Amino acid sequence: MTKSPSAEAIVAQLKRARVEFLPYLPDKMTARIVAVAEHDPAFTVIPVSKEDEGVSICSALWFGERRAVMVMQHTGFLDSINNVSRLASEMGQPVVMMVGLLEKEAGVKPTESRRFGIRVTEPMLDLLNIAHVLIERPGDEEQIAGLIDKAYETSKPLAIMIGAEVA
Amino acid sequence: MMSRPDCLKALAAHRTNEIVVAFFRPAFEWTAISPSDLNYTSVLVMGQNAAHGLGLALAFPNRRVVVLDGDGCLLMSLGCLTTIANMAPRNFTHLVLNNGEYEMTGGQPLPNSSKIDFPGFARAAGYPVVREFDDLAEFAKAVPFLLTADGPVFANLKVVKGPEPYPEDWSKMLSAERREAFKRALLR
Repeated sequence: MTKSPSAEAIVAQLKRARVEFLPYLPDKMTARIVAVAEHDPAFTVIPVSKEDEGVSICSALWFGERRAVMVMQHTGFLDSINNVSRLASEMGQPVVMMVGLLEKEAGVKPTESRRFGIRVTEPMLDLLNIAHVLIERPGDEEQIAGLIDKAYETSKPLAIMIGAEVA
Repeated sequence: MMSRPDCLKALAAHRTNEIVVAFFRPAFEWTAISPSDLNYTSVLVMGQNAAHGLGLALAFPNRRVVVLDGDGCLLMSLGCLTTIANMAPRNFTHLVLNNGEYEMTGGQPLPNSSKIDFPGFARAAGYPVVREFDDLAEFAKAVPFLLTADGPVFANLKVVKGPEPYPEDWSKMLSAERREAFKRALLR
């Protein structure tokens, strides 16, 4: 039995939350999610050349009441702080990010990881007043649709951290 | 070289219901020259103009989206050209207001500004329509084409700032009210 979250289950949750667009920059942890979504006509996947572009694309789509999730590695999130802080934290837009915690140790809290970038991701989200959830084990996926709905309904940003390579 | 406000006036003369993305100083000039709730000006993140334009173009495929980009802004996110060319929104017009300097911070030159080939960047990224203008009459004549051609359309506009500064009310430009009016106008 797999110990990882399932890409199919995550994509089903995205669909349930009426997400239509997935800007992404390839990330090993979340690659399967994009691969599954790419073959589903409900989604438009948008390969971007830099993560902050994807954050802007999500923000602009929201003005048209279209839902999007930016899929990226935690390094990309850290690289996008200026844009995230303006759009999500200051302007209060429901920017939703799926953040792969590449090389996080299984069962270890992100804040206790040996990897510096992973260790600072959650505190950085807290500092930016961005709600976050860790998806690491089978079954965790079930929260995703509700959290995305809440983010859009309350106009608040959300980070869905992926703590294991999605199967 | 063209005066930037004159360029914007030439563009405004042909505007109907286009969504126009503009940040920083050109945003103040544009909103004075072509006031509309369809002006998207309230994001203050350098380098992100085109990405916002792409999101809007995807959200509203039946409306033209015009991005008034800065040369410094575009240089900061050149990769976005490939993202846009790859998604190929037909309703996307990307105009670069190229004055070769970082105007907001005192006019420091862009690195290697005299040699940068923005149309070359756009062409290499895969934009199907690429133009360049340094003559106002030529630009004014081309505006209807730039606003209707199957995009993404790219035009490099060689400009200088106008003789008089336009008033700048940052709190109004960046206000939540401005963003809400924009959203209402989009969904009307």
